[in-house]
Amino acid sequence: MPLRIGVLALQGAFREHIQRLEALGAAAVEVRRADQLGKLDGLIIPGGESTTMGLVAERWGLVNPLRQWVSQGRPVWGTCAGLILLADRATSQKRDGQTLLGGLDVSVNRNFFGSQRDSFEADLQVAGWNSPSPAVFIRAPAVVETGPGVEILAEWSAPDGRTVQVAVRQDHILGTAFHPELSGDLRWHRLFLDMVEAGAAAQANRSGP
Amino acid sequence: MEKNGYINSSNGARTGTYTVKAGLAQMLKGGVIMDVVTPEQARIAEEAGACAVMALERVPADIRKEGGVSRMSDPQVIRAIKEAVTIPVMAKARIGHFVEAQILEALGIDYIDESEVLTPADENNHIDKHNFTVPFVCGCRNLGEALRRIAEGAAMIRTKGEAGTGNVVEAVRHARSVLGEVRRISTMSADERYAYARDIQAPVELVNETATLGRLPVVNFAAGGVATPADAALMMQLGLDGVFVGSGIFKSGAPAKRAHAIVQAVTHFNDAEVLAEVSEDLGEPMVGINLDTLSEPEKMAHRGW
Repeated sequence: MPLRIGVLALQGAFREHIQRLEALGAAAVEVRRADQLGKLDGLIIPGGESTTMGLVAERWGLVNPLRQWVSQGRPVWGTCAGLILLADRATSQKRDGQTLLGGLDVSVNRNFFGSQRDSFEADLQVAGWNSPSPAVFIRAPAVVETGPGVEILAEWSAPDGRTVQVAVRQDHILGTAFHPELSGDLRWHRLFLDMVEAGAAAQANRSGP
Repeated sequence: MEKNGYINSSNGARTGTYTVKAGLAQMLKGGVIMDVVTPEQARIAEEAGACAVMALERVPADIRKEGGVSRMSDPQVIRAIKEAVTIPVMAKARIGHFVEAQILEALGIDYIDESEVLTPADENNHIDKHNFTVPFVCGCRNLGEALRRIAEGAAMIRTKGEAGTGNVVEAVRHARSVLGEVRRISTMSADERYAYARDIQAPVELVNETATLGRLPVVNFAAGGVATPADAALMMQLGLDGVFVGSGIFKSGAPAKRAHAIVQAVTHFNDAEVLAEVSEDLGEPMVGINLDTLSEPEKMAHRGW
């Protein structure tokens, strides 16, 4: 049985994630309602506008089911807007604040890299990888502070000289500030599927005889 | 398609590449981009879940009513709207007016709409959009027009529709035309595509790329006359990636509610029960104009070529 991965399809670049997952042999499902979360092995929250996704999720009662997903230790990966939604803390939010799911012990600066003029592509050094990963940053956020349980997979030095984190992992949660679904570096989707597989194996061991 | 782009010598980042320009449009998919004329309207749009706003001095319905030459908005208006929200802010430049585009780029606008809603500044040439770091969206009525704009560097396409009318018929016509032609070229042989590219006056490379992909090489939104949640879902079901709503929201009776409803309709465009629920009790829609009461010179969709 292929792994079943849900991609939150409220708004944004969900189709590209689905194509990448299918290229790796996983079964990908668009998720718009809470009842679609049940039978999934993993979940991707794609890039898009985090405020839009948060507001639509709220309207259809998805916020609590998604928070439960994260708190139950089920595998989840947020790219760009998805990373913002998974963060425990976010700065530079819209005026009345915005809905976050939380779970990832980091502070995210929402539009760290500025407006579209400052969007960029770069070759990213990733811990433990033998070649750099081509990465696309679109009005991207950055992780500016990480809690003790957070593993840093990739960093970036911003034009202002600050070093920020752009790929992080904490147990079952993966967060990337850039868009592997656009660059086509399938190693990120492979990494997430490995996390999902490990999670499924652990689950089977716990519930086994 | 990789053209231009600038390399930052300190960290090797490449800005302004075509991937980055087309990438923002990818992130807007499944979303609603709303015309706003004040920071307050921009906040209402953001709170309703708009994925971006279009900063304007006048919405198309008023441009239509008041007449005269319509130009790029006052930078002060654009700056104030940009200050008010965290979502991307777009603004319109006149067709062919590359200096207005330079000014909008300097203001740090996230996307420029080279728009037929404003009075064209050049009757032969559109802006060479490859020259800019900021990405452009352009309107089209058919596949030839869409591919010409992409050849000039547009990183996103929208239907022209007929702005400021609250009448979706022209947007449907343009969407059907583009999407139908895409389906048609997907079944053509390579030699037929040469003749077809010549007929629609588009580069054969882009015709071939479109045929192979089975869709336009860039994101394709609906625009020009969308006024209700049902209109928005109609455009999504026809196969477009998202929706621009111009006069339809802030010229209606209950803008916040209607804005919210159209956002929900674009996410759940295939779910008629959700569409029924969000279409309820939205107050008066904008009045709307029947296209057969507009004379040919009054139609904006003919601007641009």
